[in-house]
Parts: sequence; structure tokens; C-alpha cells
Amino acid sequence: MYPLLLTIDWVLMIEKAVLISIIIGVSLLIAMYETYLERKVAAWMQDRRGPSRAGPFGLLQPLADGLKLFMKEEIIPSSSSRFLFVLGPGLAMLTAMMTSAVIPWSSHFSFRGHNIEIQIADINIGILYIFGVVSMGVYGVMIGGWASNNKFSLMAAIRGASQIISYELAMGLAIIALLMITGSLSLKTIVEQQQQGHYYILLQPLGFLIFLVCAFAECNRTPFDLSEADSELNMGFHQEYSSMKLGFYLFSEYINVFISSAVMATLYFGGYDIPFVNDGALANSWGQNPVAVLQALSLFFKVVIFIFFFMWVRWTVPRFRYDQLMDLGWKIMIPLALVNMLVTGFVLLLHQNHWHF
Amino acid sequence: MESLTNRVKKVERKPMTMWEKMYIPAIAKGMAITFGHMFKRRPTINYPEKTRPFSAVFRGLHVLNRDEEGRECCTACGLCAVACPAEAITMEGAERLPGEEHLYREEKYAARYEINMLRCIFCGLCEEACPKDAIYLSETFTPSNYTRKSFIYGKADLLIPDPVTQPEEFAKARGAHAPKA
Repeated sequence: MYPLLLTIDWVLMIEKAVLISIIIGVSLLIAMYETYLERKVAAWMQDRRGPSRAGPFGLLQPLADGLKLFMKEEIIPSSSSRFLFVLGPGLAMLTAMMTSAVIPWSSHFSFRGHNIEIQIADINIGILYIFGVVSMGVYGVMIGGWASNNKFSLMAAIRGASQIISYELAMGLAIIALLMITGSLSLKTIVEQQQQGHYYILLQPLGFLIFLVCAFAECNRTPFDLSEADSELNMGFHQEYSSMKLGFYLFSEYINVFISSAVMATLYFGGYDIPFVNDGALANSWGQNPVAVLQALSLFFKVVIFIFFFMWVRWTVPRFRYDQLMDLGWKIMIPLALVNMLVTGFVLLLHQNHWHF
Repeated sequence: MESLTNRVKKVERKPMTMWEKMYIPAIAKGMAITFGHMFKRRPTINYPEKTRPFSAVFRGLHVLNRDEEGRECCTACGLCAVACPAEAITMEGAERLPGEEHLYREEKYAARYEINMLRCIFCGLCEEACPKDAIYLSETFTPSNYTRKSFIYGKADLLIPDPVTQPEEFAKARGAHAPKA
């Protein structure tokens, strides 16, 4: 009747739909418990105890926080640009969630010879896609800050935009050095290369450091949280926001932390590869499915360590001044990334001409 | 300017060395410090579940005492009210009628006894002034409340439970500061 419908691979569609909902659910859950972990880590580092009342060890605290945000009055300032004001948090959330599409969460499950990839889309421009979506993320901040019609929000939004633009350059240059080694933009291929050889952190330590610093800046995390700057700009771009729109902004930041942790783990720390274990041999003896679960857990473990690192830095390093931020970005990060790129290119060229050392 | 004390510390304004300018070692040092703090003992006391022991001379809320037969000790002599520097205590005396011997220890008793807890400075002079050991300060401290009126504690709030009819509540309310009988 509808021949067009039959040409669609419905199994694949359903498979991907299920995978997308699982990944979105997991990212939201992780973002929720990141807020809990953030408060706990902050408390530990300041010799306090942190949330401990809601549920055992305060584990229900994120639910209580979320409920509180939902219960709050929804305020849209009368002088704000109403459409953009509502669009801002939605955009921030959307871009935060979209990045997860190209990250390979595990190798694959196999049922009766049918392989199910644990990756929403293995596109051959994976990293470019991530860059594209992440740089869209600045629109959430910009639009929110501008639509609030508040000078502090606007200042914060401008700061945030210029910060993200300047650090994206260094980040891109750091990635170029990595891409010269991998020869591929697909994240799945990059992980498979690392499974066979070394983790790329060993080949690109400086590149990783630059990427790490830029990831902090992209996520608007301390020491680069100039667009929020609670102490000077009074919460910055989300000052006028209340209720769940504020919740969306806060949430998108935590999802960004999760995703950028996953990207760093994938690019430099072998992604879903189980460290010190030959995954292929393990899959032959145990079967593919349990190994795939273990691999997902392995990636998750790496991600949690990165998330902890994000929080650790947040409660150690104070915020940069705006000029220091720009100095670091333009005068240090970009030259360093360029040098890293040149050195990598030089060494690669030597290798190609059989100058092994 | 000549300094008044010998504790003055000169601020160093030397330019940063290369090592300091690199910034990463300084961050690593800072992160080691914060990481070390994760394993320090926490000074927090989980308050409602655990309480810190008070010192022996802590002065909390007042208790109007009863003797071991459950009779009120107060005779409404007014010495506590006179001693009170904050003028927080008000009382009204009444004569004990025949048949009330099991309620009041002596011929006169306080029909009304009020302490304004917002005026009270918890100095404990009322306790010292009392010739009958009828009032003393316990370890409990003033709970929060919503109205000023509710901070004027009457006899119902102050009087200790009867040791004969409610021995458990009596033992609980008595506390460590009760005068030796």
C-alpha cells in the first residue's frame, strides 16, 4: 500500500530509537548525579559532609533539587524578548544532548549474527560534527543573556561567546595534530586504532593538555566560568531565569561536562577499550555480549574519573580575570597548539620517510 | 611609616620566575592540597542525631522543680524575680487550700509563674537566689518559634513532670544540672 514505508529498514530505526532514548536517559541521569557529586566533592574538599539528609547518603538530593526547581514560579521579565528568552535554555539543552550522537559507547552486541552498534551514528566526520554542535552551544548562552534585557546578563553572554570562540581555535588546532596521526575523523575508527596500538595520550600529551583546558572553557566550568561569574556578574547569563528554564541551563552544563569527558576518554584514553586487556581475545573466549557490557562500563569508568577531575579543578583553581583568560587563550594555547601541530607533522613526515628512531 | 608592632610583613613584588609563570606546577600543588583534604577528618557533628556534650556550667532553659513526692517546690517568694537582671520573671502567689498538700510542698505556692525567654539572658542568678531549690537551668536551649507571645513560658512549659505519675518523663527532663535533693 505504502511501498515507501517498506523500503525503510524498520529494525534499524527501532534499534536506533531505543538506543537514542537510552543514551538520553543515561545522560540525564548522569547529569542529575553530577549535581550530587559536585556538592559532595565540594564538601569533601572543604572538610564538610555535603548533602546527607535526603535518602541514604543524600542520594535523593538531585530529585529534591529538581522538584524544587519545578515548583518555582516561572518568571519571564516583561522587558525581555519573550521568544528568545524561552528559546535560550532549550537551545542550550538541545546542543548539549546532540553531541552524544557520535560517541561510540561500546563495541557492539550481537544477536543471532545481527550486530547492534552501541553508537547512534558512526559518521565519518564524527569530530567535525562534535565541533559544529559544541560551537552551537554558545548560542544558548548568547540568546539567553541577550533576551534577558539585563546588562549583567548581556556582559556575561558577550564574555561567554568570546571565550568559547577563542578557545575553540586552540581546541581545533590540538585536534588537528591528533587527526594527523589517526588519519580519520570517525570516533569509532579512532577507538579501534587505540585498541590495537597505544592510547593517543602517549603520543599527544601536549595536545591532550590543550584539549583538556579548552574543554573546561567550552563547558563554562571554573576556572573559565566567566559567563556565570556568580560573584561579579550575579549569575551572569541566567540571572533572569527561574524555575525549570534555569534548571535547563544548569543541567546542560552538566551534560556538557559528561559529554566532553566522554569525548576526551574516546579521543585520548582509548574510549571503550578495557585497559591492559586484549579485548578481541577476551571477546573470543567470553563471547561478544558480556565483553561489550564490560567495555561500556570501562568507558563509563573513564568518564567518571574525568567528571571527578572537572570538579576537583573547580574547587581548586579560582576564576581567571577576563584579560588573563584572553592572554591564556590567544598567547599561550594557540601558539602551543601550533607548535604541537608542527612537531607532530615533522615526526610523521620522518616516519613516512622511514626515519625510525 | 614606622610600624607599631614587629609583626609587619613586607609584601614581595619580585617578578615571577619561569617556573612560576608556567602555572601548571602551581595548579598541581593546589590540586594536591585539595585532594589531601578529601581524606581529612570532618569536624561536623550530625546535630539532631548526635549532640556535643555541654560544659558543666552550661545554662539552658529553666526548670521548675518538684520534690520526690511530686509536690511543687516554689513558694512564690519572688527572690528570683528580684535577682533577675533582665526582669524576665513574673509570678503571682496563692495560698495552699486544705486538701492540696499533695500538690504544693509549702503553704504558699506560685499560681502563675512566667519567664519571658526573649528577655532572659540565661545568667543563672534566679537559680542562685532560690532558697528552695525550686528553679534551675537545664541543658536544653530555647527552641525557635513563630510568635513573640509563645516565648513567654508559663508554668505548663516550665514545670518538671511529676516523678510519681510520670517517672520516665521526669528522669528525662531532670538533666544533669538538677540540684541534689
